[in-house]
Amino acid sequence: MLYRLLSIVQRQRTSPGWQTWSSARSSTSAAEAHSIALPAQAQVVICGGGIMGTSVAYHLSKMGWQNIVLLEQGRLAAGSTRFCAGILSTARHSSIEQKMADYSNKLYHQLEQETGIQTGIPSEIISPKKVAELHPLLNVHDLVGAMHVPEDAVVSSADVALALASAASQNGVQIYDRTSVLHVLIKKGRVTGVETDKGQIECQYFVNCAGQWAYELGLSNEEPVSIPLHACEHFYLLTRPWDTPLQSNTPTIVDADGRIYIRNWQGGILSGGFEKNPKPIFTEGKNQLEIQNLREDWDHFEPLLSSLLRRMPVLETLEILKLVNCPETFTPDMKCIMGESPVVQGYFVLAGMNSAGLSLGGGAGKLLAEWMVYGYPSENVWELDLQRFGTLQSSRTFLRHRVMEVMPLIYDLKVPRWDFQTGRQLRTSPLYDRLDAQGARWMEKHGFERPKYFVPPNKDLLALEQSKTFYKPDWFEIVESEVKCCKEAVCVIDMSSFTKFEITSTGDQALESLQYLFSNDLDVPVGHIVHTGMLNECGGYENDCSIARLNKRSFFMISPTDQQVHCWAWLNKYMPKDSNLLLEDVTWKYTALNLIGPRAVDVLSELSYAPMTPDHFPTLFCKEMSVGYANGIRVMSMTHTGEPGFMLYIPIEYALHVYNEVMSVGQKYGIRNAGYYALRSLRIEKFFAFWGQDLNTLTTPMECGGESRVKLEKVFFQIPPLCLSAEQCDCLIRKIRKDRELLASALGGGIIIIIIIIIIIIIIIIIIIIIIIGIDFIGRDALLQQKQNGVYKRLAMFILDDHDTDLDLWPWWGEPIYRNGKYAGKTTSSAYSYTLERHVCLGYVHNFSEDNGEEQVVTTDFINRGEYEIDIAGHRFQAKAKLYPVTSFFTHKRRKDDVELSDFHGK
Amino acid sequence: MENQEKCGEPGFFLLDFSKGQSVSNHQTVSITPHRSRWRRRAQTLLLPAPGRGIGSARGPGANRHGLTPVTSQNWRGARLLPPPPLWVPPNRQRAANRKAGSARADAEAGPGGDRARPGRGVGRTGLSCRAPGCSAVRRERERAEGCGRQPRPTAAGIPVRTSSLPLFSDAMPAPTQLFFPLLRNCELSRIYGTACYCHHKHLCCSPPCIPQNRLRYTPHPAYATFCRPRENWWQYTQGRRYASTPQKFYLTPPQVNSILKANEYSFKVPEFDGKNVSSVLGFDSNQLPANAPIEDRRSAATCLQTRGMLLGVFDGHAGCACSQAVSERLFYYIAVSLLPHETLLEIENAVESGRALLPILQWHKHPNDYFSKEASKLYFNSLRTYWQELIDLNTGESADIDVKEALINAFKRLDNDISLEAQVGDPNSFLNYLVLRVAFSGATACVAHVDGVDLHVANTGDSRAMLGVQEEDGSWSAVTLSNDHNAQNERELERLKLEHPKNEAKSVVKQDRLLGLLMPFRAFGDVKFKWSIDLQKRVIESGPDQLNDNEYTKFIPPNYHTPPYLTAEPEVTYHRLRPQDKFLVLATDGLWETMHRQDVVRIVGEYLTGMHHQQPIAVGGYKVTLGQMHGLLTERRAKMSSVFEDQNAATHLIRHAVGNNEFGAVDHERLSKMLSLPEELARMYRDDITIIVVQFNSHVVGAYQNQEH
Repeated sequence: MLYRLLSIVQRQRTSPGWQTWSSARSSTSAAEAHSIALPAQAQVVICGGGIMGTSVAYHLSKMGWQNIVLLEQGRLAAGSTRFCAGILSTARHSSIEQKMADYSNKLYHQLEQETGIQTGIPSEIISPKKVAELHPLLNVHDLVGAMHVPEDAVVSSADVALALASAASQNGVQIYDRTSVLHVLIKKGRVTGVETDKGQIECQYFVNCAGQWAYELGLSNEEPVSIPLHACEHFYLLTRPWDTPLQSNTPTIVDADGRIYIRNWQGGILSGGFEKNPKPIFTEGKNQLEIQNLREDWDHFEPLLSSLLRRMPVLETLEILKLVNCPETFTPDMKCIMGESPVVQGYFVLAGMNSAGLSLGGGAGKLLAEWMVYGYPSENVWELDLQRFGTLQSSRTFLRHRVMEVMPLIYDLKVPRWDFQTGRQLRTSPLYDRLDAQGARWMEKHGFERPKYFVPPNKDLLALEQSKTFYKPDWFEIVESEVKCCKEAVCVIDMSSFTKFEITSTGDQALESLQYLFSNDLDVPVGHIVHTGMLNECGGYENDCSIARLNKRSFFMISPTDQQVHCWAWLNKYMPKDSNLLLEDVTWKYTALNLIGPRAVDVLSELSYAPMTPDHFPTLFCKEMSVGYANGIRVMSMTHTGEPGFMLYIPIEYALHVYNEVMSVGQKYGIRNAGYYALRSLRIEKFFAFWGQDLNTLTTPMECGGESRVKLEKVFFQIPPLCLSAEQCDCLIRKIRKDRELLASALGGGIIIIIIIIIIIIIIIIIIIIIIIGIDFIGRDALLQQKQNGVYKRLAMFILDDHDTDLDLWPWWGEPIYRNGKYAGKTTSSAYSYTLERHVCLGYVHNFSEDNGEEQVVTTDFINRGEYEIDIAGHRFQAKAKLYPVTSFFTHKRRKDDVELSDFHGK
Repeated sequence: MENQEKCGEPGFFLLDFSKGQSVSNHQTVSITPHRSRWRRRAQTLLLPAPGRGIGSARGPGANRHGLTPVTSQNWRGARLLPPPPLWVPPNRQRAANRKAGSARADAEAGPGGDRARPGRGVGRTGLSCRAPGCSAVRRERERAEGCGRQPRPTAAGIPVRTSSLPLFSDAMPAPTQLFFPLLRNCELSRIYGTACYCHHKHLCCSPPCIPQNRLRYTPHPAYATFCRPRENWWQYTQGRRYASTPQKFYLTPPQVNSILKANEYSFKVPEFDGKNVSSVLGFDSNQLPANAPIEDRRSAATCLQTRGMLLGVFDGHAGCACSQAVSERLFYYIAVSLLPHETLLEIENAVESGRALLPILQWHKHPNDYFSKEASKLYFNSLRTYWQELIDLNTGESADIDVKEALINAFKRLDNDISLEAQVGDPNSFLNYLVLRVAFSGATACVAHVDGVDLHVANTGDSRAMLGVQEEDGSWSAVTLSNDHNAQNERELERLKLEHPKNEAKSVVKQDRLLGLLMPFRAFGDVKFKWSIDLQKRVIESGPDQLNDNEYTKFIPPNYHTPPYLTAEPEVTYHRLRPQDKFLVLATDGLWETMHRQDVVRIVGEYLTGMHHQQPIAVGGYKVTLGQMHGLLTERRAKMSSVFEDQNAATHLIRHAVGNNEFGAVDHERLSKMLSLPEELARMYRDDITIIVVQFNSHVVGAYQNQEH
């Protein structure tokens, strides 16, 4: 019975769209649903005819790409797209998503004109005070206020998808439905074709827009692509129409506390929500047809129904039409997944929309199309990049558990510094248990547990739920004492999570390729450490890292934790395929301890019986030495914070020993454990920008005061970087042989020698030229140009003046910066500086032209001459902008006669 | 007097001060002390006023323990109940026994049955004295049982009065020395002092043991303070005054849950390749102690060298030593008995040559279930002797091993070894004392062996195995797979009478107890009922001092003429599993005496099906409004919430066993009261409860069946 009803209703629901589609087809006559022969070749094959796939196809075709094939296993706009509740909400939680949603909204309006398919009904503007007035059914007694988004719309997602498809096919995209992709053909790490149930298609690019089937499709290749997403059942209710049907302009309601959304639907109500106890589904990777057979679960819907009736008590008498069960996909961090696979070139993904597919579809499709066409998207999409995940997030159990936490979060208050509770303790340092026993509280990054701070034994923190705040958090004093200890004595921070690569070669290949990949000069004496960036062609940071030269032929590279996949992919893409050049991920081999503080020197020298003073061990220096009984510890004189101290890279089997030794020897120097929050406070007050927060692929070293990390004129004394792949070498040799044969037959052997000599001379000339003009590295041209023209934004440090730490809302990130009362940019990270006793924010200052809003060059003068304010939740605080870290006259304020007895207490 | 010859009756002292100690005037004897297998220490309950149950006289201290003061209404209600007879002449008593027996049989035959016998008793004591529907019939039956099956307070009175002297001596605790082995005569006054002190707090205290020969006639000076009625009167009034301002303290639901779930354990048979080939899906087990420490034990293990799973519950008495030893050892004996000759040889060779041993059992244990490390060497040696004998006996011709035989052999052999170890002793003084404690205490055992569709239940004593069968209409019925070995079992009575000379026919079972002392008629350990008097004396004399000081061990049961009186030989029941057999409940008598088997099966059955197939609602074309649907759903949720509270079927069952009210629903108030009883009181209201619920895999069982067809 249920079965039959379900199918009937589905037909009813979809038929209008389908008809429109066919009418659209007849009217445009360009698109034809091919169902017979697939083309043998294409440039791009897109899998998935939902809103994502059609959007990508539409944008690719708009950007001028030809020969695009879109494959859909069922019918167009089936799957989640068909069941989607159709709410387009531009109020998103991250700025990139907001931009995407905004674009989508505009796009859907525009589509209407392009294709003639009616896609949207713009919502009416209501003022919060008139909530009750404008929505007569609403119970407003327990409301304090309401946010209204006038531009939000209610659209039929199926219609949007069909409109996009129609527009795409007008531009020449070929659409095939009832064709499923079996797997993607890969050769030498590149997409070469697609195997479908109706034959093969050769192609250069493949786009996986398969929604909830994207995970499995990704794993079906020979070289699996990990796309971590998981489906959850999602329910919404449809009612029969009111006796007096609701007006079509009745606004859509989102009641986040009640976890529900309500919109009017054909004179009745459509209401669903995101419950606290989601039901994950298809964990075992079930057949796609199952989506048709999903059952309603009223008992599960009960809490949502209760809150619906609480919000709209008058609905009691409304008759139920049905409860729709439509699975939605969720990702481990509630952000969608897009971008190129780190393992397979040409394999693009756009999926995992966390039930915001309709809102994000247009924008996401555009960005991905840009990515494919130009090589990079026009916005910074790192937080959505597929490469933020690795294979470690693709365990089915992990996904199942994590999405159960993620789904309720959609309507939860999103507080800063919130850590996921599920799927934890996957990667841990060998010291995890020791630190945990000492009160460590943990956060997770890329699956790795990192200590946030250490709760002293006598201190109680708030329970998890209570600790949610935008104000001063409960860990404030704890971090303060840790920071103080870093400044005055010595602290240990376990930083094992950092990504560590080793690059070695038999000859000079390592240096050569690194010189090409990194912006700073790496040809430094053995034992030196270089801070440098890995830039893209536009000079933007793909990675920010420190590289130590271990010996002539090997380098040790330290990057942020979440760079593990991305950096690996980048290096693999750009490093020559040379068997003599070895790139190895040694993250798991080393435990990293960061000894921060003025007394770190004493601790280490006592442990190693070696002088550690700056004379013997200057900063940015790396040495293998013994610490305690353990030998071969890589000691580096840097701390990632600007404070004095050392990083110890310890082979993991020694980790516990070294830690114990450090702690026991350090006792008399007041050693204690510290966490990442202390580190964060320290590095921000020292104006250390971190990749992923302050730096991204669209910011160049010039824009963030990183000129010192760039050496535009690298001088090269060795053999030039002939980045010849084996193939090219082969080719060259063959060419020479061919020439030789030709010449030999013509002139005889003597000439061959002459030719060879000529070639050698040419090479030598090239070398000389290179030496004169400096060595090229990726992004150099962009930087040179920027150096000449100036930059359009500039990272600055803002010190909040009149901010009351105890009472005012704290800045976290993303707060608008106002220069002379005009919007000038946004903060990227912020922390309380315990030394300055002020909040410090980092953020980019733009110079928007007063006339047309265009970006103009930002000069040092421009920064210095502005009056700045930071807007925190509507309240503006005065701020001083600095381009260089505050000289630390605060830090050395303690003089000899200031010492008091309490300083002798252990920390 | 014959009564004085006996070491005494367990029981209760109800000191009714206001009524001038007139024994016949007791209305509230309905505080049914829990029957205990051994005549326990006398449970002295002081009611310093016209006692209307424990609750009526509770002071603030008691209040803290979660017992509500009973209001005057309550006791008026209690008064309506006819006073149960305090003293039943022996012949009448026996008649009552029979009556109780038949009533019980009736009850078991009918659905619904009589449930919660002691529980209801408790209900009347004021713990939850709101039984308006308590019918006269039920009361009658209860009364009959009260003086029959249970170790009733056959007497109550003030010992100093000569009139009540015989009664008092009748109530003398014989085995209490075992509980307080260090108690010395000189400490008596102190202890009585404590008792009186304690009385102010709890109004009831576990009395210390009273060495019979000393106290029988001598009113101890300290004891006199015990019995000053007028002094206590004010206390009562205070209590009453206190009671008039109801101050309730209950355990919160999470607290209740944490108590109930402390010992819960679940095991799911792991699936291989998505297919579960075992006929057992898994099991849930749990324990709720009444004794401190708990005397029940449980074990579960998978046989690794043969197929099959072993599950067992063990109910100890006179301490937990024996039940602990049996729970550790019995499965090894069974597993060894089941092993084929070659495997035994292989194991023996491995031991001989110091090679790695084949693992025999995979235990599934709760972290609280421990194994004694000290005795493990000794136990191993005994076990090895056993398999060596098996090897020697077996000529290797009979390949088939009969499970029934193996179970019986294992039980008997283990009991034999326990007995032997105690006789031989051990040079290590700790071990020596341990083996003696094991031998002198006792334990019943109920063990199930499941292998495919073959289910064997071996039972010794009064624990029970109950099969839950789902009828075609979805209803549940119970199939008992074991016979209780106690006075309610006619066959057992017959057996005992046959095994002993005719002149002992009257004394071998007295007051439903073996030799008037022991409730189960079969048990492990309890060498006092197995060894000759000579042997007992010899072992005790050569035993350690602790044992010598122990009055209990020295004591020889009355009418002890032709030992052994007790055996550990199990009765083995075979059952071939059918697809409709959904689960098996193994539980100690602590469960079965509070709940009827039908209820047990129904509750578990509904729980298990509720967990798995709750009928979903579908609108399906009907006209349903949102409001109607909402009402329906809220109702369903309320219904389900009680079920979903527990993840463990055994916990769910205990919740019902302890917390069920008259209507068969869990009453949180009652549950909270029962669980907050102080240690020394708990035993009076319930026995240790240990439950294992084994769930069968109907698909696998069905597949087995089809295979054979």
